[in-house]
Amino acid sequence: MIDVVATTPGLYPLPDWAKDDLSDLKGHQKHDLIDGDEDAAVADAYADVRADFVADQRDAGLDRIVEGQGRWDDMLAHPLTVQEAVETGGIVRYYDNNNFYRDPRVVADLDASGDVAAELDAAADLLDDGDALQAVLPGPYTLADLATDDHYGDEAEFLDAVGDFLAGEVEAFPAHETLFLLEPSYVTNAPGEDLNELASKAIDRVAGATDADVVVQTYWEAFEETAYAHLMDADVDAVGFDFVAADREANLECINELGTADDIALGLVDGQNTLVEDPETVAERVEWVHDQIPAQAFDTTYVTPNTETFYLPVNKHQAKLSVLAEAAEIAAADAAETEVEA
Amino acid sequence: MSRNPENREQFRPESHESDHFLLTTVVGSYPKPKWLNRARDHFEDDEHSFGETEWAEATDDACRVITHEHERAGLDTVVDGEMRREEMVEFFAERIDGYEFNGPVKVWGHNYFDKPSVVEGVEYDEPWLVDEFEFVDDVAERPVKVPITGPYTLANWAFNEAYDDDEALAYDLADLVNEEIEKLVEAGARYIQIDEPALATTPDDHAIVGECLERIVSDIDDEVRIGLHVCYGDYSRVYPEINDYPIDEFDVELCNDDYEQIDTFADGNFAPDLALGVVDAHVAEVEPVAEIKENILQGLKVVPPEKLTISPDCGLKLLPREAAYTKMENMVQAAREVEAELDAGEIDVPAVEDAAPADD
Repeated sequence: MIDVVATTPGLYPLPDWAKDDLSDLKGHQKHDLIDGDEDAAVADAYADVRADFVADQRDAGLDRIVEGQGRWDDMLAHPLTVQEAVETGGIVRYYDNNNFYRDPRVVADLDASGDVAAELDAAADLLDDGDALQAVLPGPYTLADLATDDHYGDEAEFLDAVGDFLAGEVEAFPAHETLFLLEPSYVTNAPGEDLNELASKAIDRVAGATDADVVVQTYWEAFEETAYAHLMDADVDAVGFDFVAADREANLECINELGTADDIALGLVDGQNTLVEDPETVAERVEWVHDQIPAQAFDTTYVTPNTETFYLPVNKHQAKLSVLAEAAEIAAADAAETEVEA
Repeated sequence: MSRNPENREQFRPESHESDHFLLTTVVGSYPKPKWLNRARDHFEDDEHSFGETEWAEATDDACRVITHEHERAGLDTVVDGEMRREEMVEFFAERIDGYEFNGPVKVWGHNYFDKPSVVEGVEYDEPWLVDEFEFVDDVAERPVKVPITGPYTLANWAFNEAYDDDEALAYDLADLVNEEIEKLVEAGARYIQIDEPALATTPDDHAIVGECLERIVSDIDDEVRIGLHVCYGDYSRVYPEINDYPIDEFDVELCNDDYEQIDTFADGNFAPDLALGVVDAHVAEVEPVAEIKENILQGLKVVPPEKLTISPDCGLKLLPREAAYTKMENMVQAAREVEAELDAGEIDVPAVEDAAPADD
C-alpha cells in the first residue's frame, strides 16, 4: 500500500475578517504585535481563527490538520519573539520576500515556555476522533539563523541552545501524528563546515523529543551536498524538497547519490503564486518524482505546498488546500493501480 | 548616459535669485488630510449617502489643497501628493487590463496589501494619469512632476500567473508605461519620475530595469526630464550599472542612514544628475535648516551643483502632515541658502575638484 498524505507546512493567511478585527484590536505598529501576553479579546479572535483554519482543512479533506499559526506575526521567528529571554529589535526582511518580522534578539538563557504547545492543545480540542494533528515548528538551524544572539556569544553554543529550546517546546506538545520542522535557512544559507554536524545534531535532538513522524521541510533552494549528507545522520522520518522554486535536478542528485529517509515530502503546490494547480497535474508530478528516484520506494509521500501559504490571498490558499487533498487521493490511486499491474 | 543635461533649466523659476540652481522637488506621496480619509470611509460604506459625485469633489479639493501646500513650501516642481492613489501598485493594476484582485496579503504584522495577480497578457486600456496631471497642472503655478510606479515593480509586486517569467511581464508593462508617458507628454508633462522600489530588494535584476527604461523612454523627447527613484537598499549593487540607464536623474534615499553610502557614488563618474534625499521620510522629527544644508553638501561629493536635485528621501505619506510640510519648507530654504553661498564662492565643491581635468 502506497501512502500519500496531503498536508501543509502551516502559517496560513488570516481570514479577511480577522485581518480587520485583529488590526483594530492590536494596531499596526511594531509594539502591537504578539508578545505571548495578549488580552482576552485578542485571544478570542485567534480562537475563532483557529476554528476557521481547522474547518477549512477538514472541508478540503487534508490528511493532517495543522493549527495554522494565525498568531505567528513574526512568521518562523515567532517561537522566539514571545520568549522572556528575547527582546524584539527592528523590522527585518523575511528571506527574499516583501515580508518583514521583528528581529528576535536573545539576551538571556532560552527556556521553553509552552507557547506553541498551548496553541496545539487548543487545536487538538477542535479535532474529531479520526483527525490527525500535525505540529509545526521552525527547525533549529533556521530559528537560530533568523535570530540575533546577544547572549551566548558563540554561534555553535547558540545553535545548541536553540535546539534545546525547541526540544523543550516539543516535549510539552499534546499527542500529534506528525511534526514538520521548517528549515528554509538550511538551504538558502546552508550551515558552513563548522556548523554542519551541529545543525544536524540539533535537528536530531528536536526530533528525538517526540514519538511522532518528523519531516524536515526545506524550500526556495536546493540542498548543498555536504549539508545534505550531514542531515542524513539525523534520525528523521522524511526530508521535504521544494519542487516548485528550487533546482529540482540538484535536489534529485542529492537524493539519488546520498539516499534519503524512508518517507519523503514533496513541495509541489506553489505557496507563493495565486495560480491554482490542477490536482491531476500535481498527482502526475508525484509520480514523476517517484520515477526520478528509482532506487527507493517510499512508505509515505507527503504532498505539500513548497512554502507556508500566508503569502496568498485567502481564497487561493483555500483552493490550494483542496488541490492537495485531491492530488494525494489521485496519486495514491494511481500508485495502487501501478502496484497491481506490476 | 544622461539623456539631456540641459532639460533641468526649464524648471528654474523666473524669480530665482541665485545664479546657482538646485532643483527642489519631492518623491511624490504626501499625508492625506484626515477629512479625505473620513470621506473615503463614507464613500466605501454602501449605506452612506456619500456617493461618486461627493467623492470626486472631495479628491479634487484634496488635490488643490496639497498642490498649493507644495507651492507654499517653495518647491520648484510640485505634485498633488498622490491624493487620488491609495497604494502604488494597486492604483495602476486597477487600470491595466490583465490584472485581477483576490484579496489582501500580509506584508508585516497587520499591514496588508491588495497584491494583484496577472492572469493574462497586460494591455493598455484607458489613460492612467492624464486626468490627474491635467488637473494638477491647471491648479499649479509651478511645473508639475508625475510619479509613475515602474514596470519592474508592477511585475515584481504581483502574482504572475500568465507569463513565463517576471522579466517578460516587466517588458510588456514597460511598453505600457511608455504609451502612458507619450500621452502625458502630449498633455504637457515635462517631468516624469519612475518609481522602482522593488529594485532595492532584488538589486541583481538591474539589467532588467535598464531594459525596461530603454523601452520607457523610446521616442520620448529629451526635453522631457526622466527621473528614477529607488528606495533605500544596497546601492553598491546597482552602481555603476545605473550610469548606463537612459535617465536624466537618479533619486536616492541616503539621509536615513546618514550618508553611509555616499562614497559608493563619489567615484567621479556619476553620469545622471543626482536627486539626493536630504530629509528623512521615516522620522517625524523635522531636521533644522542647518542640518539639511550639511546634507546637501554630501551631494556635492558626487556631482557639481548644476547636476544636483534636492528632494526628501522618499514619499512623505507616513509622516504627520505638519512634519511633512515643515520638512519641505526647511528643505527649500536650505537649498536656497546653499545656492547663495555657492554664488558667493563660500562652498567648496569636491565633485569638481576631484574630477580629473577634461584635457591638458
